[in-house]
Amino acid sequence: MTYLYAAYVVTWVIHILYLLYLTRRFARLRDEVKELEQGK
Amino acid sequence: MKRGFIAIALVTLGMLSYALHQAMVGAPMERTMGEVQRIFYYHVPSAWVAFLCFFVNFLASIWYLVKRSVKPDAIALACAEVGVVFCTIVLITGPLWAKPVWGIWWTWDARLTSTLVLWLIYISYLILRKYSSGGQTPVIAAALAIFGFVDVPLVYMSIRWFRTQHPQPVIGGGEGSGIHPGMFSALMWNFAAFTLFAAVLIYLRYRLEVVQQQVETAYADRALARDVRGAR
Repeated sequence: MTYLYAAYVVTWVIHILYLLYLTRRFARLRDEVKELEQGK
Repeated sequence: MKRGFIAIALVTLGMLSYALHQAMVGAPMERTMGEVQRIFYYHVPSAWVAFLCFFVNFLASIWYLVKRSVKPDAIALACAEVGVVFCTIVLITGPLWAKPVWGIWWTWDARLTSTLVLWLIYISYLILRKYSSGGQTPVIAAALAIFGFVDVPLVYMSIRWFRTQHPQPVIGGGEGSGIHPGMFSALMWNFAAFTLFAAVLIYLRYRLEVVQQQVETAYADRALARDVRGAR
């Protein structure tokens, strides 16, 4: 059962980390867009 | 558009939850391997999604070479990145299944080796996209993706063409193949849920890339305008 749980947990950890990575990049991009708009 | 995306994301979440329930509880226990066989319901759909992502990356790369526009380039990049995420899961869940069943974490058989090579090809694609700054980067990346895709049918056919430690196909594997209907149903739910989840991830990554390229263009335009003003 340990191997089974490990496989499922690893799968979801990877997916959640990837979603967090995308969210962080979106937030950074939003700041850049704001900066560009203020600089106009 | 935003409301539609939220609705699809919620449906995906619901499907993933139900598919997880099917994998852990709904599907019957396999007699020889026991509970550890349930890794199958995450391992196989992840491999399917990785193949699908690399296939779309291949098509988008050809489209990019023909049209040279932002859209196919962004689709290709998004698919490669999401494909690598799923391929990484395949390469981790595989050894976690192999250890209790075969007694070893890894063996250099045709299926495992070609899958590792596939992962390395798309990792090199992503490294090229991230660290190369020349104007020809998307063209070189598209060419790499087109040739790199050759490995996908090799991975798929490796268990049919070579004698491997990896099991023979259980679906469409000819005489003697096939699985219990309860297992098949759980597998199909996971196929559907993971495919939808990958589509959501690709869409998010695609949007990110398009906005990123727009921001880069805006910065470049602004720098150019400043240079022109300075020259006057």
